[in-house]
Amino acid sequence: MDFRDNQPIYLQIAEYVCDQLLLKKWLPANKILSIRDLAVMMEVNPNTVQRAYDFLQQQEIIINKRGVGYFADENAIDKVIKLRKEQFIKNELPLLFRNMYLLNLSTSEITQRYEDFIDQNFKES
Amino acid sequence: MIRFDNLSFGYSHKKMLYNNLTLSVENGSIYGLLGKNGAGKSTLLKNIAGTLFPIKGTVYVDGIEPRDRKPSFLRTIYYLAEDVYVPALTIKQYQALFAPFYPLFSQDDFYKNLRELEVGIDSKLNKLSFGQQKKFVIAFALACNTKILLMDEPTNGLDIPSKAQFRKLIASAMNDERIIFISTHQIRDLENMIDKVMIVDNGNLLLYSSITEIGEKLCFKTVKQIPEGANILYTEKMLRGTSVIMENINGEDTAINLEHLFNGVTENPAIAQKIFPIN
Repeated sequence: MDFRDNQPIYLQIAEYVCDQLLLKKWLPANKILSIRDLAVMMEVNPNTVQRAYDFLQQQEIIINKRGVGYFADENAIDKVIKLRKEQFIKNELPLLFRNMYLLNLSTSEITQRYEDFIDQNFKES
Repeated sequence: MIRFDNLSFGYSHKKMLYNNLTLSVENGSIYGLLGKNGAGKSTLLKNIAGTLFPIKGTVYVDGIEPRDRKPSFLRTIYYLAEDVYVPALTIKQYQALFAPFYPLFSQDDFYKNLRELEVGIDSKLNKLSFGQQKKFVIAFALACNTKILLMDEPTNGLDIPSKAQFRKLIASAMNDERIIFISTHQIRDLENMIDKVMIVDNGNLLLYSSITEIGEKLCFKTVKQIPEGANILYTEKMLRGTSVIMENINGEDTAINLEHLFNGVTENPAIAQKIFPIN
């Protein structure tokens, strides 16, 4: 996996796990890759994956069943979406707002473009 | 646990390399020993392995002094030297000769490692290319399953796919009991494998910290303008602005760049010392 240089590795690993859940490659209430297997796959220190898993456990996206392994929470997807929403509002939205302000873009223009975008990309014709 | 207790070492009494070095190394981590050529990386590893002795002070490995070279100690440690030496033996003969010294040696692991590193098992070792020989000794070293594994510049001479395989093997070999030491000046190869960083220069330990602590104390970013009054460890002009490492006062969580950290710490050891007091 290629890591970006703008975020700590452990958070990028957590993001990878969340992506697998959103993409339904890993399923809620199912066992997920062990720390070692994910570390081998990503070529990182197992302690870094441990840190990512600790973070996801705090968010209650995954659960550690002692002696059995790590499982995705039953409501993992809702929780991932909630976490992503918080991150989006905290990290990305301020940048968007700043550019809107600098470029003098009105909210109504953004609304129109947003609706067009949804029509073009996500509505079934 | 490895403990250096006031260790002083020099290749001659007149010119000391290490002076009164005291530090402890805990189990369950991969230590990245970083330093320029001649900084004293191999020297430190050899003092742990018992192939060099301190002039003053003591090294303890789980309470035992390596300089006594007791068999009970030697079977728990493997030192992989930078220069590979292999005798004119086949892989099987080599294993028959050297594996018995290591009670936890696993033949399954050995062949798995050789397979993953793509080293043919029928060849005479001295007929292999340098890179293949290096991969062979790595496969053997990992298969010994010693509690302590010291590796001096292990990625030197490996091609790009082999470096990736090497990282995978290290990740799978790691557990809570082991101590893996990797000395390197090719930081990029092992950046994400290391969880404790040691930077040495001229026999001085300039930094000894975990990746977590580094992330908490420093922030790594690219800025248009260097903020005033900030405690700056390192700057480098880049295309998009200036890459800086500064003290993390706002609790930001940024990605660590070990190469920049290394440059910063060796150029500004006094600032590093202030942010990361040693002992």
